[in-house]
Amino acid sequence: MRFSESWLRERVDPPLATEALCDQLSMAGLEVDALEPVAPPFTGVVVGAVEQVESHPDASKLRVCRVDVGADESLQIVCGAANVAAGQRVPVACIGALLPGDFKIKKAKLRGVASQGMICSAAELGLAESSDGIMVLPADAPVGQGLRDWLALDDQAIELDLTPDRSDCLSVIGVAREVGVLNRLSVSEPASEPVPATQDQRHEVRLEAPAACPRYLCRVVRGVDAQAATPLWMAERLRRSGLRPIAPVVDVTNYVLLELGQPLHAFDLAKLDGAIQVRLSRVGEQLTLLSDDEVTLDDDTLVIADAKGPVAMAGIMGGATTAVSETTRDILFESAFFTPEAIVGRARRYGLHTDSSHRFERGVDPLLQQRAIERATRLLLAIAGGEPGPVVEACAEAHLPPSPSLPLRKRRIEQVLGIAPEDRQVVDILQRLGMQLEEQDAGLQDAGWQVRAPSWRFDIQREVDLIAEIGRVYGYDAIPVTHARSAAFTRAPREMAFDLDQARRTLVARGYFEAITYSFVSPEQNALFDPAPAAPPLQLANPLSAELSVMRGSLWPGLIQVVRQNLARQQSRVRLFESGLRFRTQSQGLCQEPCLAGVIVGPVLPEQWGETRRMADFFDLKADLEAVLAQTGRLDQLRFQAPDEGEAHAALHPGQSARLLLGERPIGWIGTLHPELAQRFELPNAVQLFELDLGQFGIGERPALAPLSRFPSIRRDLAIVVDADLPFERVREVVNATAGDLLKQLVLFDLYQGEKVDADRKSLAFGLILQASSQTLVDADVDALMRRLIARLEQDLGATLRS
Amino acid sequence: MTPRPDADLAALEAEALAAVAAAEDLARLDEVRVHYLGKSGRLTAQLKSLGALPKEERPAAGQRINEAKRQVQAALEARRSALEAQALVRRLREERIDVTLPGRGQTAGALHPVTRAMLRIERLFANAGFSIAEGPEVEDDYHNFEALNIPAHHPARAMHDTFYFPDGRLLRTHTSPVQIRVMEHQPPPLRIIAPGRVYRCDSDLTHTPMFHQVEGFLVDEEATFADLKGVLYDFLRNFFEQDDLKLRFRPSYFPFTEPSAEVDVQCVKCGGAGCRVCKQSGWLEVLGCGMIHPDVFRHVGIDSEQWLGYAFGMGVERLAMLRYGIDDLRLYFDNDLRFLSQFA
Repeated sequence: MRFSESWLRERVDPPLATEALCDQLSMAGLEVDALEPVAPPFTGVVVGAVEQVESHPDASKLRVCRVDVGADESLQIVCGAANVAAGQRVPVACIGALLPGDFKIKKAKLRGVASQGMICSAAELGLAESSDGIMVLPADAPVGQGLRDWLALDDQAIELDLTPDRSDCLSVIGVAREVGVLNRLSVSEPASEPVPATQDQRHEVRLEAPAACPRYLCRVVRGVDAQAATPLWMAERLRRSGLRPIAPVVDVTNYVLLELGQPLHAFDLAKLDGAIQVRLSRVGEQLTLLSDDEVTLDDDTLVIADAKGPVAMAGIMGGATTAVSETTRDILFESAFFTPEAIVGRARRYGLHTDSSHRFERGVDPLLQQRAIERATRLLLAIAGGEPGPVVEACAEAHLPPSPSLPLRKRRIEQVLGIAPEDRQVVDILQRLGMQLEEQDAGLQDAGWQVRAPSWRFDIQREVDLIAEIGRVYGYDAIPVTHARSAAFTRAPREMAFDLDQARRTLVARGYFEAITYSFVSPEQNALFDPAPAAPPLQLANPLSAELSVMRGSLWPGLIQVVRQNLARQQSRVRLFESGLRFRTQSQGLCQEPCLAGVIVGPVLPEQWGETRRMADFFDLKADLEAVLAQTGRLDQLRFQAPDEGEAHAALHPGQSARLLLGERPIGWIGTLHPELAQRFELPNAVQLFELDLGQFGIGERPALAPLSRFPSIRRDLAIVVDADLPFERVREVVNATAGDLLKQLVLFDLYQGEKVDADRKSLAFGLILQASSQTLVDADVDALMRRLIARLEQDLGATLRS
Repeated sequence: MTPRPDADLAALEAEALAAVAAAEDLARLDEVRVHYLGKSGRLTAQLKSLGALPKEERPAAGQRINEAKRQVQAALEARRSALEAQALVRRLREERIDVTLPGRGQTAGALHPVTRAMLRIERLFANAGFSIAEGPEVEDDYHNFEALNIPAHHPARAMHDTFYFPDGRLLRTHTSPVQIRVMEHQPPPLRIIAPGRVYRCDSDLTHTPMFHQVEGFLVDEEATFADLKGVLYDFLRNFFEQDDLKLRFRPSYFPFTEPSAEVDVQCVKCGGAGCRVCKQSGWLEVLGCGMIHPDVFRHVGIDSEQWLGYAFGMGVERLAMLRYGIDDLRLYFDNDLRFLSQFA
């Protein structure tokens, strides 16, 4: 809602400066979104009277004018506009004037003829986007007066960003009412007494959808002067409200819409065929709108129709065929109440949004139609004359919105707001808001009032709405700041629930940066990374672009994208993680799975002295992952399972990847990006990835202390040679099974493949740290154990001792 | 004739002391000790020669020899201490390192500033007894709109540019549906904070199609608008670490609260004087809040005569921008390491 301050002050004029007035509106819930001057600054422009126009001796397009600006002598001004004519009143920028854009008017000679100023167009004064010729002022413009003064251009346009409940303030009078309430001032209403009919033509109206349109008023005005022009004062008010003045009839309807909040429409009476029918559209009906858009209607759109069919989309936009034009002589004014339910969503359905639909969707005062049509008639007659007929009203009382009587309990005010205003304060606030009150003494508990809201306050439907109004006018800032007594003890998270925050911090400590990427990705990328391509990805119906059109089935596409961008920005070492949902369609429906994923590429350590540069590989990421998973207390149950043939993850190197199992549960994947994908994304070959499905973790095992042994431990080292493809896990199993409780730790300290062992074999060197809980181990016992172990390794794994 | 023992002894002592003083290191000093005080050292030998003296002279001579030994012994000890101290000084000098060399090993990464701000918000509300709840991001119409008193075609829906799926589900446009989901399953009293990703079909300089909100709400037998002000004053003053931070509560409208308010804080950049960040207004809008609407309680089967509640919601990116001076929303999801590394 945009309007000029001077228009508002004509209705109610509180003793507040502009800024204070705007603050007051914002703090009352009518947020001032913008405050702008209605005209850019300019000086030295006065009203002039063109006395004489002659052609320029040396330029066919220039005229030499004599202009009276109220000074002793008239001015000679050379003017290039075609529309300049003797007898006009025009804005004249005199010598020394400063126009918008820092344009200074000086004495000049144009093609040899002296010019003592400039006759201005509206655009040159910043009063229009563009102009065709000079601005012609009304004949009664006072010669010699400053234009700014005369047009009151030192005015501000106030733009309100209204919430959908406050449709009552979508008019100057509505805002004025509100300002009146806040400042305890009365509001002067615009003249809208009935205009007597001077002829008796009545246009028939049939309400065929009374639930959608319970009230429809119309009035014929005949013999409107097609040549009349909208007066400058009205054009200026429309302009300052952001509307372009067009022609008297349309301008009058727009003016009343802004002034009172009632959308009006005017038909060219000659183009209407028979009675007005207000009905629902029929499927397939066609209507060409004022905007020249052709629409095909569904069966759920309220229309105004005549004998030939729809002539307007009710409350949204009129039709082109019955529109008022320059040749229109007789018009039919429409002033109707369409219910919000009948209008809401319809404009949007047809891709429209108009000042009218904006108001009807939110609610127009159902008692306003009569006043509005009288006001419009009055204004039109003053501008373009004509013979008004009687106002015809069709009304279905039963369908008008009820005005409920609401209970308001005193104790409830205090319960909700935390303040207990005195009765007289409550009554005063509500009465200022136009509400009717009746005191109710229904026992101590429910003492209060029955309240009826005024017809323009659509939003007041419940007791709590009344309480909100009391709070609003009382002032939110005047409500104290209190601290409620402590509530019941809230539920704390389980100690061994997976703590994502801790996991994040572990990764951060290990050199990772957290990324946040969009949850939607391109279908192609998603397909590359989602290991279950059988399930169709979740596709948005209205994506922003194809690149952001499916919900990610993995966090990897987003992370890979970030890696690429950072490598392109000359980073050589990237370590990232992200947490968030991935979206997968499973047999039981959509699964929204919380995940933690990470990626590393480049050297293990940042470039530095004293450490040799080594590129991160699978095992570096594995260690990071184990650090993250340590908090589960179940590292002993964590397994890295190399995928069987055909089971490999499509995005990972089949020989450098593992499915992660926690106990028997699959919890994610780790591995090197598949070389084909690395090539496709132009990435180096050693991109390492992991993704954990956090929902599978369950509750971890809390620490349970094992007694500390008082006896010394013994270390024995062993080097064995086994087949190259034997997993180390098998060695660990044999060692565990043989050494039993005595084994405190198994440390692999060397892995060797090369000249010194057979081609298909590898050497593993590891240390066993052994300790008993009840005695000191003696060499003889340990020697025996080592012999048993070596025998088992040889027998079960084909190991040989390395000499 | 034997030399006069006293004269010999004095010369010997002087010689020993000179040798001690001349010893340049601990090894040499030990040689000196052995030479004079060892089992067959020269001073030790003097004692052995006592037997040659007349009996009555022996005690006095013995005393003199012992005195000489003590003198030498003391000089040896002193010299040893001095040499040890010198050696330590030398060692410390030799072991000197350049402490200005960079540290070795892994360097720390950083949390994303959105997470950082979100964790801070969570922690502040945890102090006030709020616990965390989460909800799905692919939501149904009921939880995102209907149950929050936003029926189909409600003008408020037009403000939520919603991403839809072909089956009618949608990406949640706010974290408020978590309110509904919690109240459906947990009886009051409730104190909940719900952080998470939300989505709107909008992308320009000041909008990203995905962003983060934190929703909070309380349901109890007593809860007033004044209490809501209390909680938000505490929160915002703590979040910005400014005890006198000014707030203003402006009446506003949300379908799921009544009364409703938008909360502005005094501009944290200019202190309210007016600057580019606050668009010269001196105020920054940071929160929406209000008393939970009776219709919302009705949808989840909570008796609004017995229970009252308040709710509030905030944009995390906005708060992080103000807190950390981030001036471009798009930086958040670019994940440029040069950006991320500034939040270590």
